[in-house]
Amino acid sequence: MYPVDWLEERSGIVGAVRYFLYRKVPSDTNWFQTLGSATLTAFLVQAITGVVLAMYYKPDPKEAYPSIVNITNDVFAGWLVRGMHRWGASVFIILMFLHMGRVFLFGAYKYPRELNWIIGVLLLTLGLAEGFTGYLLPWDQTSYWATTVGININGSAPFLGPFLAQFLQGGTYINADTLSRFYAIHMLVIPAAIFALIGLHLYLVIRLGVTSPPWSKHPAGSGPVEPQPAPPRTGLTRPAPRGGTVRG
Amino acid sequence: MPLDDLEPSREHPRVPGPSLWPVGFAVGVVALLVGIVVNWGISVAGAAIALTFGFLWVRELARARGLAKAEEVEPERRDGRGPARRPAAPRTYGRSAFLELSTLGLGGVIGGLVSLPPLAFMVLPAFLKQKQGEHDIGPLTDFPENEFVVATFMTQPSQGEVSRRTAFVRNNGTMDDQQSFTIISNHCAHLGCPVQPTTIVPNKHIQYHDVTLIPLPSPPSGFSCPCHGGGYDSEGNRIVGPPVRALDRYAFSIRNGHLYIGAPFSVSHVVGTGATARIYKYTLSFPGEHVSGIESWLYPIQPPH
Repeated sequence: MYPVDWLEERSGIVGAVRYFLYRKVPSDTNWFQTLGSATLTAFLVQAITGVVLAMYYKPDPKEAYPSIVNITNDVFAGWLVRGMHRWGASVFIILMFLHMGRVFLFGAYKYPRELNWIIGVLLLTLGLAEGFTGYLLPWDQTSYWATTVGININGSAPFLGPFLAQFLQGGTYINADTLSRFYAIHMLVIPAAIFALIGLHLYLVIRLGVTSPPWSKHPAGSGPVEPQPAPPRTGLTRPAPRGGTVRG
Repeated sequence: MPLDDLEPSREHPRVPGPSLWPVGFAVGVVALLVGIVVNWGISVAGAAIALTFGFLWVRELARARGLAKAEEVEPERRDGRGPARRPAAPRTYGRSAFLELSTLGLGGVIGGLVSLPPLAFMVLPAFLKQKQGEHDIGPLTDFPENEFVVATFMTQPSQGEVSRRTAFVRNNGTMDDQQSFTIISNHCAHLGCPVQPTTIVPNKHIQYHDVTLIPLPSPPSGFSCPCHGGGYDSEGNRIVGPPVRALDRYAFSIRNGHLYIGAPFSVSHVVGTGATARIYKYTLSFPGEHVSGIESWLYPIQPPH
């Protein structure tokens, strides 16, 4: 029996996955070009640990810090999940910067990949905002004062700065609304935006192709294109019949 | 201005010829920007000039482009049957174009109307009902003359401890039969970190309902901020460090022998000390914002506090 045929006949998914796995990439692709996938992995870790943490975190001013203490001390493996989320945030930001540096130094932002670069910058901004809003959620002294300082930095921007700061804070000072606001932004607004932009980013990478490193001897378009070999047999789908496709 | 000046030259067929309208537009933009600093009237005049010259410039560009385009003429064929010259048909919009525009347009309008109340719900409450009331922080006897008391009070007890603020209160005695108090906020004017008095703060405190009062045994020479090293004197004037103005202060009133702390306001600097000090008072601003001097032009409008 060919187990994936049921899915393939009803959705065409095998074709799509094969297109992604067997697409052409340059023969001298470098290890540095794995940083993008690493960033995606870090973000997925953040998303999953974040969802799990949200099942135990209480976003109320009186309950927030006790719920964090509960997660860290009492809930099974709570210390591990909270630690993964807290350190994973730093890992995510660092990997994003490294990936950005790699793309810059490889010149992979030039035509036709400029839109991809812009989407990447938006992802960086959203990632930083995600870290900023998440920092307030434990509601301890570090959270409160770091967020106060961060919002006041925003407030010192000319003309619209004070309005932006007051909008972020939900008032003249940090209050209970600030916690709810930051929780909503951290859980709903920014993750949705990041997922959508990552989808676009990956679509563009697949559509536009991967670049060679700058020291490559095979710049794009310099050699003949070999015919694509047949994908290996995995036993998951029925082999295509020879002599044309005829459904029985 | 003769129109053939604007015809594209043969070497640069796509570039329009020289024109003076952009110069007028630039003058208008410069006047607009200068007027922001010097005088609003100059800005208005500059905006009018920029708009006028900008309009004239765009109009000339559109005209020049039209002149440069030659009419396409199909060559006549050998058998004499040339292309039939149809008169230019009037511009009409087909049904599909109308339907497309109206679907998108109506959808946009409905989407806008539906999303307007939630947007207002998201943005407006941060700016409404921001007026702070007065808070009773205790009888006047708790504030000995010429001594600092660190008072913490909750501006909104229903919200709990997150609304607790700290103020440094000094009773200046009476002047002209009026009780004078210096009440300085502990929010650093640099980025909002809590400012500390430069003296030992004892552990024991007086509790008055939700208010905590800590009398300081020796008067502090000033206040300093632990975050980035901002320093203030005992009147809240900035002495050293990154703060951009003096510490904010609170208004106060006295009723039935009790001291009530009112709304905060920002201060650029204070001349003198104690009851005879002259306080240069401004609307409450966020930390990091200049309230006086030329940099205060960067913050022309404050949101309702």
